[in-house]
Amino acid sequence: MEIVIAALVGFLVAGGAYLMMSGQLIRFLFGLVLLSNAANLGIFAAGRMTYATPPFVPEGSTEAVAGAANALPQALILTAIVIGFGLLAFALALAFRAWQSLGTVEMDAMRACEPLDPPKTVPAPSAPRLEAAE
Amino acid sequence: MILVWPIAIPMITAILTLLLRNRGGANAVSLLGAVALLFSGLALLQAVLSGGPISAQMGGWEAPFGITLFADILSAAMVVIAGIVGVAVIVYSQFDVTDDERRVGFHPLSHALLLGVCGAFLTGDIFNLYVWFEVMLIASFGLLVIGGRRDQIDAAVKYVGLNLVATLAFLTGVGILYGAAGTLNMADLHLVLAERQSETAVLASAALLLFAFGAKAAMFPVFAWLPASYHTPAFATSALFAALLTKVGVYALLRVFTVVYDGGGGFVQPILLIGAVLTMVIGVLGAAAQNDVRRILSFHIISQIGYMVLGLALFTPLAIIGAIFYLFHHIIVKANLFFVAGLIKLKAGSEELNKIGGLLKASPFLAVLFLIPALSLAGIPPLSGFWAKFIIVQATLEAQDWWVALAALAVGLITLFSMTKIWLAAFWKDHPDPDHDLAQAMPRTMIGPIAVLAVMTVIIGLGAGPLYAVAEEAAVTLLDPLAYVEVVLGPEVAETARAERAALQLAEVVE
Repeated sequence: MEIVIAALVGFLVAGGAYLMMSGQLIRFLFGLVLLSNAANLGIFAAGRMTYATPPFVPEGSTEAVAGAANALPQALILTAIVIGFGLLAFALALAFRAWQSLGTVEMDAMRACEPLDPPKTVPAPSAPRLEAAE
Repeated sequence: MILVWPIAIPMITAILTLLLRNRGGANAVSLLGAVALLFSGLALLQAVLSGGPISAQMGGWEAPFGITLFADILSAAMVVIAGIVGVAVIVYSQFDVTDDERRVGFHPLSHALLLGVCGAFLTGDIFNLYVWFEVMLIASFGLLVIGGRRDQIDAAVKYVGLNLVATLAFLTGVGILYGAAGTLNMADLHLVLAERQSETAVLASAALLLFAFGAKAAMFPVFAWLPASYHTPAFATSALFAALLTKVGVYALLRVFTVVYDGGGGFVQPILLIGAVLTMVIGVLGAAAQNDVRRILSFHIISQIGYMVLGLALFTPLAIIGAIFYLFHHIIVKANLFFVAGLIKLKAGSEELNKIGGLLKASPFLAVLFLIPALSLAGIPPLSGFWAKFIIVQATLEAQDWWVALAALAVGLITLFSMTKIWLAAFWKDHPDPDHDLAQAMPRTMIGPIAVLAVMTVIIGLGAGPLYAVAEEAAVTLLDPLAYVEVVLGPEVAETARAERAALQLAEVVE
């Protein structure tokens, strides 16, 4: 089972990386979605995949039943899914707003914050006027 | 309980300011929250300085099962500095941040950012560290876009994109680490991984975390998000980002690569060393090519991060102390320079060097307030930056890394060049537009924080001895992770580990 999950993770990361390098904002976001799912599956596999009983604690006892599954990876993934969902929802809204205000989703054309025009040379500093000192 | 306040206070303040929105009380509540955070930090520092590092288990779950909060002098001092920056930023924002930005949540987002930052400084659990990083990240996303200008949206796209990739690397690294070690508590991880540093899974997780923290700290080559975004938001926001965000990355590197991983061995050390030198050099060269005050300062953040990482990379006691000292000094100085940039814009009408000038004659006081942090950044004695650079360079000389020492000194020189460039363009030369009115009054809420931080820079410079002693004590838990283990898991566990290690060493000697 681990092999299948590992291969799936590899497949998702490859697909995600391919999409992210395509230079288009929407594809970049889809790449992020794939990558975040790959990360979640990775944690799932790291928690060992076994045919185990649900991790319940019998009444009156303080220990889980014997052979119980490890509940922690699920808890971690749940946290990561919630966080990832929030971040991706924000990123999607941001992409839409970027398309609205910049008129493009091509990464190479998005230069509003770092314009490409050549840096203007700073004029040589003139000495402060002497009359000011006098 | 004292450990919880620096996390609870920004959380409560964020909620209150969110409820108040733009009503009259929001500014006062926000300022009160920042001051309360500063005092909770001071109380924590006081407790740690007098009684040694402390830890607490959240929800009553024993370590290593529950979430551990941990504070030593390093974490407590970082919380104090975050509090200082928080107060300064909220005061400065009174004039600088527009009503629109306030209405859509400047105050709640700022406090949420402080919440994430303080949480990251205080946690002793690596998954919890991931969660605090996310809190910090989503708050910073919000702060970047609340202005809604075209360039701000564009900057946010780059910032969000690269930071999300780093975050996913962090998450994957934590997953692999958990798979290898079966625990997430950093003290427990230290014990479990002590003899297993060269296992493939451990190395893979170390590489992923190195990438993630490196990107957060804006190390070469993953720094592109920083100069793309830091010059776009309000000045108060820029200063908050410049002071704290990258430093959380450096703090995480310092903590995780001393306690969890052995930063001084294996493949990590050469990567850190080469990365640190390239970060210093590329950052400062990037700054030399810029023509806009805040973009110059942004590239200098990258360059200065190199010095801090260099301290970790050398991994000698003196170098670690130097990195901590640098961290303390840099936050104050960098926030101040961004504050000054705001006043330059206010008085001279622009941030582009060829469109401004004449400020020396118009306001000699502002010129002095610029010179203090600027010369400190470049490392001119007797200001704080001189001592920070001095300790780091001394450590490189002791390690006999001559070329690294040379790079560190050369970068200092080019930093001075950049600061001179701003000085000449903004203060010395005349304003290119002779009709421009430079007499614009400087609001007290803007000049006040600048003056206070400048005084702090001078005090750190003149009183470098006591601060060095604090940094020296702050380095204890980094240099001896078992001291960290002792606080979190109890003295018996640490004693057993110490005895085991001594026995192992003895066995090696006998062989």
